[in-house]
Amino acid sequence: MDNKGIEIRWHGRGGQGAKSAALLLADVAFKTGAYVQGFPEYGPERMGAPITAYNRISNKEIRVHSNIYTPDLVIVVDETLLAAVDVTKGLKKEGAIVVNTDKSADEIKPLLNGYEGRVYTVDARRISMEALGKYFPNSPMLAAAVAVGKVMDTKQFLDEMKASYAHKFAKKPEVIDGNMKALSLTLEELGEV
Amino acid sequence: MSKKDRMSGNEAVAFAIKQVNPDVMPAFPITPSTEIPQMVSTYIANGECDTEFIPVESEHSSMSATIGAQAAGARSLTATSSCGLALMWEELLIAASNRMPCVLALVNRTLSGPININCDHSDGMGARDTGWIQIYAENNQEAYDNFIQAYPIAEDKRVHLPVMICQDGFITSHAVENILLEEDKDVKEFVGEYTPEEFLLNPGKPMAVGPYSVSNYAMEARYNQEMAMENSKEVIIEVARKFKEKFGRGFELFEEYRTEDADYIMLIMGSAAGTAKQAVDDLREKGIKAGVLKLRVFRPFPADEIAMALKNCKAVAIMDRTESYNGHGGPLASEVLAGLYRNKVMIETVAYTYGLAGRDFTVETAYEIFDEIKDVAENGKKVKQHRYIGLRSLEGDK
Repeated sequence: MDNKGIEIRWHGRGGQGAKSAALLLADVAFKTGAYVQGFPEYGPERMGAPITAYNRISNKEIRVHSNIYTPDLVIVVDETLLAAVDVTKGLKKEGAIVVNTDKSADEIKPLLNGYEGRVYTVDARRISMEALGKYFPNSPMLAAAVAVGKVMDTKQFLDEMKASYAHKFAKKPEVIDGNMKALSLTLEELGEV
Repeated sequence: MSKKDRMSGNEAVAFAIKQVNPDVMPAFPITPSTEIPQMVSTYIANGECDTEFIPVESEHSSMSATIGAQAAGARSLTATSSCGLALMWEELLIAASNRMPCVLALVNRTLSGPININCDHSDGMGARDTGWIQIYAENNQEAYDNFIQAYPIAEDKRVHLPVMICQDGFITSHAVENILLEEDKDVKEFVGEYTPEEFLLNPGKPMAVGPYSVSNYAMEARYNQEMAMENSKEVIIEVARKFKEKFGRGFELFEEYRTEDADYIMLIMGSAAGTAKQAVDDLREKGIKAGVLKLRVFRPFPADEIAMALKNCKAVAIMDRTESYNGHGGPLASEVLAGLYRNKVMIETVAYTYGLAGRDFTVETAYEIFDEIKDVAENGKKVKQHRYIGLRSLEGDK
């Protein structure tokens, strides 16, 4: 992360937790002492409708309050959006995109309107089912955003998330380990980015 | 000691309410302000503050109950947005004319139609002539800081008027950003205890609130109300100075960003001001002397102060995030222009309407506007005096 910081755009469907993931990312990046912004763009509020959420993370105070049109990183939480939304629109060539899919990056590339930058895939469904027994794609995609966006050191990320989940799930401690496992499995599978 | 934290604008205002711990909060939910009463009721349920929360059946009732509680002698408030504020219309006037120092946390959202939940200032601007003091915020920090200053302004004996603390719906209310929070005891000390001079639940001094007034007296009541609004300006400045002394931040009637030598100034309110400041920094690097005047206090309107702040620039873009449907500009434009004329400040102006119903306002849009007013001032470019910016199609506009 340089001085100009990083701008991230999330694409998901209502109810999948893309907005929550963006807010969680702002939350965890704040722990590094960075200036952060996490905000959703609301259209008609209904389950399944395409939604967008955004993050700005910077070492300098963030004053801009517009949406993000030329992101450094795009996270696609739902693969079916590739056919419905131009997810790479404005995405910087030197940036990257992460797609939640069981396909490989090479299989996904032809679906990205000729995007020439780095492409990563995360099988958030399999990881989530393995770690949590349920399909919650936002924890794996959050881990992917942190790793690919180099938002913070991944070890610090895991430590902070553990504290954050312990607080968030104080009344459901049984899901803390599963969520932590989803994060670390994602980081392992992505490897060096 | 301030504490570094991060939260949304709604969280920030709910946190300030918890710290101030007012006596009574009647509220009815409406997007995007719903989280404020929701979070306050959670604080109450957790025993973190002891405000009496009254769930009501409409905004007409929430403002009525706020007035009733305030008249009884309780420090009161409510929160709302958009159509909720419109439904309070009658009560807003009653709160102000009965000189109730209550507070309303407004999360600005457009008014119908087309029906839409996103930000513009049409709700707040619709209430501009109801007799409420109106203070607007650029971000979560200012929403928090402004709320802490609301009661000291409202309850001052020279004022005795209700105060509306406004922030942009979603853009500010739902965005998580960095914030400095003050300690409970410092906030409580700043706001102070409420000791009403006269109140309904005072058996030693019976009184009536809101009785009929014959024509022989009603006009004097209005005059007194207008005098209170005029007086409030110095009180707002005093409270802002006291706040800055104690907590080290904030602005008085408006913020002047790089305006001291500016040729071209954008006059704007709310979250878009931050975006405009970024554009100013970028343009300054290219040698263009741009600046931003961010209006904080819309009521009372600092017409003379604005005219003095603008008098040395060549052109000003007056940015309204609402429409007046009067054929020549929004409320900000009308009032700024009146102030410029009265002060004989004859600079170039263009009135822009932007950001309606959540239309995004970008740094590039700000460049475009600065470019245009520069063209107007330098080359005498003729443009319509009332322009829409950021439309999908500019047919019929250019």
